[in-house]
Amino acid sequence: MDVVWFLVLSAFIFCIGAAGVIVRRDPLVILLCLELMLNAGNLALIAFARMHGGEAGQIFALIVMVIAACEVVVGLGIIVAMYRNRLRIDVDEMTELRG
Amino acid sequence: MSATDYGWLILAFPLAGMLVTSLGWRVLPGRLPGWIASAAIGLAFLASIGALVQIQDLPAEERSLVDSAWTYVATADLRADLAILVDPLSVFMCLVVSGVSFLIHVYSVAYMSSDRGLARYFAYLNYFVFSMLLLVLAANFVLLIVGWAFVGAASYLLISFWYRRTTATYAGIKAFVMNVIGDVGLVIAAFLLLNETGTLDYGPLFERAPEVFPTDDGTLIAACLLILVGAFAKSAQLPLHTWLPDAMEGPTPVSALIHAATMVTAGVYLIARTHPLFELAPTAADISAIIGTATLLFAATVALAVTDLKRIIAYSTISQIGYMILGVSVAAYGAGLFHLMTHAFFKALLFMGAGSVIGAMAGLQDVDRMGGFRRAMPFTFVTFTVGALALAAFPITSGFFSKDEILAFTINRGGWFWVLAIVGYVAAGLTAFYAFRMVFRVFYGEPVPEARELEEGHIAHGEPQNPMTGELEDTDVGFPGPEHAIAERSWPMKAAMGPLALLALVAGVTQIPGATDVIEHFLEPTFEDSRFHDTAPTEGSELVGLGAGGLIAIAGITVAFTVYLRRPGTTDRLRERFAGVHAFLVNKWYFDELYDAVFVRPAATAGAFGRRVVETDLVQGLIVGGATGIVRVGTSLARTIQTGYLRAYALLLLLGLAGLGLYFLIASS
Repeated sequence: MDVVWFLVLSAFIFCIGAAGVIVRRDPLVILLCLELMLNAGNLALIAFARMHGGEAGQIFALIVMVIAACEVVVGLGIIVAMYRNRLRIDVDEMTELRG
Repeated sequence: MSATDYGWLILAFPLAGMLVTSLGWRVLPGRLPGWIASAAIGLAFLASIGALVQIQDLPAEERSLVDSAWTYVATADLRADLAILVDPLSVFMCLVVSGVSFLIHVYSVAYMSSDRGLARYFAYLNYFVFSMLLLVLAANFVLLIVGWAFVGAASYLLISFWYRRTTATYAGIKAFVMNVIGDVGLVIAAFLLLNETGTLDYGPLFERAPEVFPTDDGTLIAACLLILVGAFAKSAQLPLHTWLPDAMEGPTPVSALIHAATMVTAGVYLIARTHPLFELAPTAADISAIIGTATLLFAATVALAVTDLKRIIAYSTISQIGYMILGVSVAAYGAGLFHLMTHAFFKALLFMGAGSVIGAMAGLQDVDRMGGFRRAMPFTFVTFTVGALALAAFPITSGFFSKDEILAFTINRGGWFWVLAIVGYVAAGLTAFYAFRMVFRVFYGEPVPEARELEEGHIAHGEPQNPMTGELEDTDVGFPGPEHAIAERSWPMKAAMGPLALLALVAGVTQIPGATDVIEHFLEPTFEDSRFHDTAPTEGSELVGLGAGGLIAIAGITVAFTVYLRRPGTTDRLRERFAGVHAFLVNKWYFDELYDAVFVRPAATAGAFGRRVVETDLVQGLIVGGATGIVRVGTSLARTIQTGYLRAYALLLLLGLAGLGLYFLIASS
């Protein structure tokens, strides 16, 4: 199979994830969408690894998974903290960074 | 102990005295700070005598000793040590400075005893003497400049000692500014000399100067003129003299110290010290002689007209320093320094007498208000008259021998120096006149109420007033204390004035032409390299000069006697007749007004313009306002991007990445 198909699929998933991050207001869904974006990246990495027959892309994919796990930990931690502080679980409520 | 050890001791005692009196001001009771300070200067005087004895034991050609405490600066091209030079000139100056200062300290103990700031006063006084001794003993230009600046700072502190008196603080500022002008001149002169000869130590510098500079070399003349700027600022010569009369705002003993022992003689010393340079640059020496002569005449005429007792004496100082400058500029070094010594004696004495009279007048200084103190204050009368006789160069007093010797040397140079000598003789007549103007107006005539009161044994006690403006003053820090001191009632004042009166009378015997030449002989090792070493006037011409000088002095005194005692009122008629001349003299030839118009007002106008236009509009408005405006606009733009919405940031991030990707795509294809 041509590598292009994998890349097209990867790009689709990435765009779905990105759109989700931008559009959705629920932090849990945003985390899920982030996960989609990361995995789209993973797909592209693996596809290229297969095409070149090397293992570097696969190792990168593994590292991305580790990072994704870390990110989820941090993200869920923030969501739990919001919940504990009786805040609404909505990213648009958190605008402390406004200049 | 060697002579240089004594030299270090001369410096150490006043420094220690200053530290003890200033740090112990809280615990030292009553007059004790005064006695400690006096003892410190007395010990410095004894150390000077020690140095004198040691140096006299050496053969004449080895009487120039340099001793270095440590290296102050050492770089590739410059090496300056903290070194002192003990030679006949510096020992002579140390003796005069510490000796007269010691008597002034003793006088001050009584005169200032009821001032609240006694310890502060004596700490300043010791610092002043220390600075002057440092200046005199310095072995290179670096240390000289340090001492030079210290003297300026000390004079500032002492002139504005009564710091609640506005006129005193202004006078202090004026003195300091004038002195800094001189400091700058001296520093630039030192730079020039260092640049050309590569050294700042006196010995090597004077040795190298004839090799480096041809006679009347332009750079050397510039350096000498800059040295003169320094000397004239300290010695109050035209046109930098205006600070000295104003310095009378300080306590009277301070005036005595500034005028007699320390400060104003520094310029004379400097010219004498750097005489090898001036002999290589005769143009500079001639300019110095001319300015000295102009000053001595100018100051003598002003002294005829001003009525403030201390200011009359101040102008006479400017005039007498003019004689000294003339002396050292025409290579009459021995004569110039001899006059420095006799002047120190009689000028300190005159100021002490004036202080006593001012005490009796409860702080008033105007001679128009004084009169008839002869019977009330016999001791002050006698000593003041002795001082006035010496100032007038009355025969056989000390001023007689010293002043006429300078003029004899000047005539001896021949050529146009004759003119200078004639001006000197004219001013000598004026000097005799104004010296006795003071005596006759203060001590003779109808006794004023204060004098009558004193005859009945009671010192007048007026409200403390500023003698210049008549404002009431704060006795905490603005008056010699609530009690007035007069010499008749205070033994320390008598103890100081007595020896000075004796010295003012008889110090001339050290230097009678043809008979004794003690001073000149003693100073010879310092000045024997002088080109004019062998051109002293003959004894005959000196004796003729002495005769002429004596006659002029007697004539001046006679005129004063006629005008003030035989026919009182003559001066009033003269004043009416020559109102313009009188106003010109009373206003000191309008020098203050001239400086005000030329320097002070334009500077003030420029300052006001700078504050109003440059500072307000340009700096605050355009530069500061413009910069903050740009930042403000920029940040408000940046702030609009910072919405705080997480999703907006994510969008920006994505857009940025997409843009970047697009850029690389386009760039690569």
